[in-house]
This record gives sequence, structure tokens and C-alpha cells, in this order.
Amino acid sequence: MSEKTLNLTLKIWRQKNKETRGSFETYPISGISTDMSFLEMVDVLNEKLITDGKEPVAFDHDCREGICGMCSMYINGRPHGPKHGVTTCQLHMRSFKEGETIVIEPWRASAFPVLKDLVVDRSSFDRIMAAGGFISVNTGNAQDANSLPIGKDDADESFSSAACIGCGACVAACKNASAMLFVAAKVSQYALLPQGQPERSTRVLKMVAQMEQEGFGSCTNTGACEAECPKGISLSNIARLNREYISASASSK
Amino acid sequence: MSQVLDSKIPEGALAEKWTKYKSSVALVNPANKRNLEIIVVGSGLAGSSAASTLAEMGYKVKVFCFQDSARRAHSIAAQGGINAAKNYQNDGDSVYRLFYDTIKGGDYRAREANVHRLAEVSGNIIDQSVASGVPFAREYGGLLSNRSFGGTQVQRTFYAAGQTGQQLLLGAYSSLQRQVGMGTVKMYARHEMLDIVNIDGKCRGIIARDLVTGKLERHFGHAVLLCTGGYGNVFYLSTNAMGSNVTAAWKAHKKGAFFGNPCFTQIHPTCIPVSGDHQSKLTLMSESLRNDGRIWTPKAKDDKRKGNEIPEEERDYYLERRYPAFGNLVPRDVASRAAKERCDAGYGVGTSKMAVYLDFSTNIKRYGTVEATKNNLTNADEATIIKLGKEVVKEKYGNLFDMYKQITDENPYEVPMRIYPAVHYTMGGLWVDYNLMTTVPGLYALGEANFSDHGANRLGASALMQGLADGYFVIPYTIGAYLSKEISVKAISTEHEAFVEAEQKAAEVLNTLMNIKGTKSVDHFHKRLGKIMWEQCGMARNAIGLKEAIAEIRALRAEFWKDVKIPGTLNEMNLELEKAGRVADFIELGELMCIDALNRNESCGGHFREEYQTEEGEANRDDVNYAYVAAWEHKGGDNTFELHKENLVYENIKIAARSYK
Ligand SMILES: Cc1cc2nc3c(=O)[nH]c(=O)nc-3n(C[C@H](O)[C@H](O)[C@H](O)COP(=O)(O)OP(=O)(O)OC[C@H]3O[C@@H](n4cnc5c(N)ncnc54)[C@H](O)[C@@H]3O)c2cc1C
Ligand code: SF4
Ligand code: FES
Repeated sequence: MSEKTLNLTLKIWRQKNKETRGSFETYPISGISTDMSFLEMVDVLNEKLITDGKEPVAFDHDCREGICGMCSMYINGRPHGPKHGVTTCQLHMRSFKEGETIVIEPWRASAFPVLKDLVVDRSSFDRIMAAGGFISVNTGNAQDANSLPIGKDDADESFSSAACIGCGACVAACKNASAMLFVAAKVSQYALLPQGQPERSTRVLKMVAQMEQEGFGSCTNTGACEAECPKGISLSNIARLNREYISASASSK
Repeated sequence: MSQVLDSKIPEGALAEKWTKYKSSVALVNPANKRNLEIIVVGSGLAGSSAASTLAEMGYKVKVFCFQDSARRAHSIAAQGGINAAKNYQNDGDSVYRLFYDTIKGGDYRAREANVHRLAEVSGNIIDQSVASGVPFAREYGGLLSNRSFGGTQVQRTFYAAGQTGQQLLLGAYSSLQRQVGMGTVKMYARHEMLDIVNIDGKCRGIIARDLVTGKLERHFGHAVLLCTGGYGNVFYLSTNAMGSNVTAAWKAHKKGAFFGNPCFTQIHPTCIPVSGDHQSKLTLMSESLRNDGRIWTPKAKDDKRKGNEIPEEERDYYLERRYPAFGNLVPRDVASRAAKERCDAGYGVGTSKMAVYLDFSTNIKRYGTVEATKNNLTNADEATIIKLGKEVVKEKYGNLFDMYKQITDENPYEVPMRIYPAVHYTMGGLWVDYNLMTTVPGLYALGEANFSDHGANRLGASALMQGLADGYFVIPYTIGAYLSKEISVKAISTEHEAFVEAEQKAAEVLNTLMNIKGTKSVDHFHKRLGKIMWEQCGMARNAIGLKEAIAEIRALRAEFWKDVKIPGTLNEMNLELEKAGRVADFIELGELMCIDALNRNESCGGHFREEYQTEEGEANRDDVNYAYVAAWEHKGGDNTFELHKENLVYENIKIAARSYK
């Protein structure tokens, strides 16, 4: 580990609330350790803004371990910044160069309205889940867990899909602001498991219908979502979603 | 037991208490359930499982969380696994053994009846989670896989790579969303509870702040469940998420809920060491790594060589040396203190010298050899074996290794990890009886927010178990004991003077904070509090230090209320204001933690008082004078408290010195 310090220029989107229009503000910042995480760098800026009597930059974050899915910065034109496979909170300043200008924006999508500065409203994802992202089993109804063997390959593949953290980077990366990768990951997780079979058709139809109602765009297979997903959710999930959707639509007529 | 504390433990033999209780507890009929409203604060494992189950049963439920979605509760970050007494590995596990390990692991400071119930329902949790689609790790035969955790000699931990909490929470969250879709649960995300509302001696609702608009809201409930997590962030640096806080529990404490064993804090042995002043949080490296990682320091002081350059015979595997029976899998409190001992004695590694090694090379070779044999590679060379071994380790812990590399810029497949203990979990919390009810009628506490099951030290993989046990399988029964008597109570209008008054008080506090207009940021105070707590009320405590800490915290509190600076306004999203409210409560709690630690003149579990240790440096427990739960009552005024004791009675376990040697 070799710690260095950086001097940077930050261009950050500032917006008071949902109703007002935002704009970029520029902040020079110096003495940033390359060992800091990106959010710790913003903490340093905020501490300075507070000392100067200005309003700190509002941003979402919680776990700072890449798992809660709350952090959501669009950095130099890419969701979660330049490094592949990491969230903003796991991005470190060693990925940046001395003197660099870093542009920081919120996720941009009509289904994710900006609430303040870099904070957006992603409740549309919760509504998609409420429409069908579950297995209907009341507490107490379950049989012994090992009475239902599941092949390791299916279990592992289901787990890979279930690793989605619901951050919304896929939407932010997509020129159509489509939520297909997010929805596909959940549909795949359950489609691969025997427990998911009874509601397999209704689930996909309901989740897709809700997704459309929330105003997400349609998928034109550009693959930008997969490229920017911090959890490596693959495009094959979308292919599966499409197959599930077609067969469910055919059988529901 | 003191007059005011009634733990309501059912009569009868330990193994029959819960079964009998379930078949005799009063029920609420379906028509009445529809008219009963329950407020659940928190959407982690405890909150989500409780809310979805209660809604399935027919109650009207409201759920609150401060994150933007229920799915982001801190439970999401749990890594290693969840315990259950399934005995799928046929290695001698049983309900009794899980019960015994938990009581012993907690250093004989937990309540027998609660812990036995926890062990009894543990198996159902796995069944329920699998049924709701949680993709646990499996063997090739399709059955569930297990691994070991500290403080046990059986394999009873179920896991989903290093993301067990995520998968369990998403399971509970999806059940919750199902109820939201059905209209039986109303979800209030980005809302923070600021107070409870008591009417005629019963809890009847909460005051919450909409964190987007800044507006205060009043919500009525026939009962209120606090599932608000732990308070490790009182130390500023911890493995907890940034927003984890004590506010809900503390506000309830100030309105009559006793606080149990506040000083019982868990310092986790394997975390990535602090790298500098900028540090905002610490990252855990799951305990599951101790299955395959061996902990050591160089035998020589101040050894300048790199870890992988130090030959085997010059390494001190100090846990294996001191505790041959459990080795690297001793409980957390023991492992943490042993690491501190090595570093304090000058054997630490890394630039700060406040770290020890966690080394996978032995097991990489062992796994590699097994794989080579499986694949019929009889003459595999060392490089091939290591390559095969790394693949096995990658499958088991890949995401943790990636995270380590991301943070430290070092590759743990090549060099040993550097680790050091960090604040992780709080065994203390709101005192609850067998029904999980606090000392305020109608107010319950579930999950990490209560004090109940882990005594003075929690075993790994037992918090997820407890959160889901409380929510899925305990509260759905025990709440009936209370609500069956409330069926004739109509929803109380939130225009009731108690609601109006509580809202006014909450508004006053916020106004006061905004009007201080001092010179120092909230974080400034939080960091100072954390430093006091870590130094005086952390891994080792003593009477002199604790007294100093109490005085320092009082002074800090006075300074905070004079000099904190909060930009922005009240009626908008204001993250500094949110933090300020939380830090104000942490400061008051910190004082109580020190008072509690000072009161407990013994060492037990995570509470190590330097005055009370054996010659070998092990904890010296005092069962004659301290086999009790310290339940503190807030007496108002300038943060004054009164101690009540719940004596712990061990009828089924012989209370003994805890040994892992
Ligand atoms: C990094 C890490 C790894 C861990 N790994 C494991 C493991 O492998 N196995 C294990 O058993 N345990 C593990 N634990 C411990 C375990 O994760 C927690 O103890 C457990 O998840 C707590 O669950 P909970 O439901 O009680 O609370 P939480 O999940 O913390 O949820 C708290 C909820 O309360 C809400 N809330 C809090 N205050 C307020 C308020 N004032 N108003 C409104 N809402 C509020 C929050 O929004 C949140 O929804 C780990 C902990 C950490 C930190
Ligand atoms: S699919 Fe990937 S980018 Fe999209 S929400 Fe899930 S984790 Fe985020
Ligand atoms: S803060 Fe949780 S994923 Fe980044």
C-alpha cells in the first residue's frame, strides 16, 4: 500500500429539491489520500463546506461495503465511476489521477426523480417487487428445508441472480432508462428454483406490467446495464426474462 | 428480582415451556385482528419478518425505516451465516447443544428460557427461508451445506457465500413487499421515529419525521415494535452501517423502557485495520474466514519482513497455542483480547503495528491437494496445487477477498490479510420479558435492539437467527397475550393531547438543534465521543478510566448543545440534522454504558475489567455478585439512572468457568 495525496476539482450537481432545477457547482479540493474511499472524499468536502457555512452535498449511502445498494453516484459519465464491478462506496481514490476534474451527478431517469443534490427516489423498484417479486408462502407453512433438494448448479445460478443490490445503476447506464436487468435478476432467481414454479407466469407478467407503469424505458439490448452493474448481473438474465415473458403471455391468453 | 421487573418466564420444564406457552396463550380472532393496528419500526430481519408475519395473520401494520427502501436495513450487510440446530451434518448437534453453546458463549449472562426457545425455533427459520426462495449454499447432492463458526464444535451454520444477511433480508423483504402489494402493510421509508407516545401507561404510537420534507407525523398503533438494530456506532468507527443508531431505543428508554446491560459490546476480532484519520467506518472480514484462515504474529518483535517471507517456524499461531481445543475458532471476545494482547506486547504487524495476520496459505495447499486427488492429478506440482486450492477458497469467500483487495490494495490470495478487532455488535439493548415486551406495556423490542439472548458475548451467526426467530416465530404468538385484551380499544385519534404534546417536544428538540448555530460539525463531536468510548469503554476497561470517561462525556454533551453547527433548514431533507439527533442520543447512551461498565465489578464475555482477570489474563467472572441483568431506568433530569436487577437463575446448565483450552 503506498499512500499518496491528490488535488482535484469536483463538479457536483446541486439541486435543492424535487421542484427546483439544479445546476453544477465547482469545488477545488486538496490533500485527498489515495487510500480514501470516494465517499470519504465527499465527506472531506462536506466537512469543509460546513465549516465555510455552506450546505453540504446530500447523497445516499449506508453500509459503505457495497451491499446495501444505497450509494448511487454518476461519476464522470458512469454509474458508480470508472472501476468495473464496484459500487461508489467501494471505489477508492487510487483510481483517480492528480489534478483530475471529477464530474458527479445523480442517477438520471424519469422513474428516479431527484429529491436533493445526488439523492434520487427509487421507490419504483419497491413497487415492482410488491407487484410480484416474491414467493407466496405464509410463515409457518414451510416443510423441512432438506426435503427439497436443489441441484447445486441451479442453486448457484439462482444465487448469482439474487446478488442484485437494487442500486439502479443499470437504469442510470441505459440510454432508454430501462429496468430490465433489475427485473430480470429477480425473475431468474425464482424461475431457477422449484419453490418459484407455482407463480412463475403470473410473477413475470405482473412485474413487467408494473415496470412499464413506472415509466421505465424499453430494452433495446445495448448491454450498457451489464457493463455497469456492480454485482456482475449478466445479460443472460434478460434473455431468460424474455423467454419467461413470452411463454407466460402465451399461456395466460 | 426487583419489584418492577417481571420476566414472565412460563412455569414448567425448560424444554416444554415454549410448547406449553404456545398452546395456552390467548388468541385474537380474525375479525378483531383486522381492527388492531401495529407499528413496526425497522425493516431489518427482525422488523421485516415480524411485519410480514403479523400482516399475514390479519393485523393492520405500518412499517418505518430511515433508508430509502426496506431492503437496505443494516441486516443486508451480514456476511458469514446463520445458525440452526438441524444436525444435517450428523455431528451431534441438537437443540440442547445450541442452547448450551449460546449460554456458555454468552458467559452465563443470558436468560435460559429465552435462549432455549431460540434454539427450538432455529430449524423453522431455515425451512421458512428456503420456502421463500433464499438460495443458500448447497452440496452437489442438492442438500444444504454447513460450515463452522466460533465457540462451537459442530457445523451448524447455513450460508449464502459471504452474503447470508443479504439473502435472508431479501427473503423477508420480498414477503414484506407481498403484504405491501396486498395493502395489509403500509410502508414509510425515509422516515425516522423520534419518539413514542404513551397514553394511560401504554404505548399507543410514535412521532416520526418524514426525512424528505422534514415534516413531523403522528401515527397510532395498539402496539409498537422497535426493531431498530444495535448501537455500535456510539464508538463512531464500527462495522455497522453509517446510519445505524440508538435513537428509537433511547427515546423509548427516556419514556419508561429500561435499558439492559448497555455496556455489553462485541468487538469482532477480524476487521480490516484503521488506515487513517479519514476513516468513516470499518469493514468486517467474516468470522467464517477463521474456518480456513490461521491467525498469527511473528515470534520476533518488530519483524520488518513481509508476512509471506516469514518462515513457518518463526510464526506464533497464538490462538492455537493458547487454546488448543478450539484453536482459531475460539469465541470473538477471546480472539479479540488475544490480538490486542499481542499488539500491545509489541508483536503487531503492518505500518501501524496494530494488526495481526489471518493467513490462508496452509488451507489453500490442503484444498489444492484434495482437488488434485479428486481430479486424478497424481503428480501435481506445487503451483498446480496452489492454483486449485485458490479456486476452492475463491468459491467460499470470493466476495470477501475482493472486498479486502478493494480496500487495502493487497491481494489476500498471495499475502496474508492484516486484521484487527473492531466494534461490531451490541448485546445490550432494551430490557424485554419473555414476551419481548419492554417495561412499557404495548412496547416491544426485537432483534439486536433488545438485550435478550446473547448474554455478555454473542456467538457468530446467532444474530440473524435471533432477529428472524423474534420476528417470524416469537412475536406472532406473544403479542396475542397483550392484544387479546385490547380488542375493545378503538383506534385513538392522533389529535389526542399525548400525541400533540409528543410532537411539540420533538419539534422543540429539532428547533433547539437548528438554533445552536455553533462552530463545529456533528461528525466532530461524534469522533470525539467515539475516541473516549474506544479508549475507556472498549476492549479493556478499568474503574479509573471509566470515571474519567463519564466526566469527559458530560463535558462533551454540554459542548455539543452549545457549539454544534447544522446548516440548512428544518423543513427539507437535512442529513446533518438527522445525524445531530442521533449523535445527541449517542452521547447520553455513552454515559450510561460507562456507568454500567463501572457498576459491573467483574469480567465477563465482551466486558473485560482489567482489575478482574486471572494470572493468565483470562476473564474473572463473579457469579456470586453479578449473575444478573442490569436493567437501567431513566430518571429524567440531567441523565440520571436507577439500577434494577433481574437475577439469572440457571436450573438446567451447570454454571462453570468458561474454558476453550
Ligand atoms: C458487517 C456485519 C456482518 C454481520 N454478519 C453477521 C453474520 O454473518 N451472522 C449473524 O448472525 N449476524 C451478523 N451480523 C449481525 C447482524 O447482521 C445484526 O445483528 C442483525 O442483522 C440486526 O438485525 P435487526 O433486524 O435487529 O436490525 P437492522 O437490520 O439493523 O435494522 C434496523 C432497522 O431499523 C430502522 N431504524 C433504526 N432506527 C430507526 C428510527 N429511529 N426510525 C425509523 N427506523 C429506524 C432502520 O431503518 C432499519 O430498517 C453482522 C453485522 C455486521 C455489522
Ligand atoms: S442489476 Fe446490477 S445495476 Fe441493476 S440494480 Fe441490480 S445490482 Fe444494481
Ligand atoms: S453504501 Fe451500501 S452499497 Fe454503497
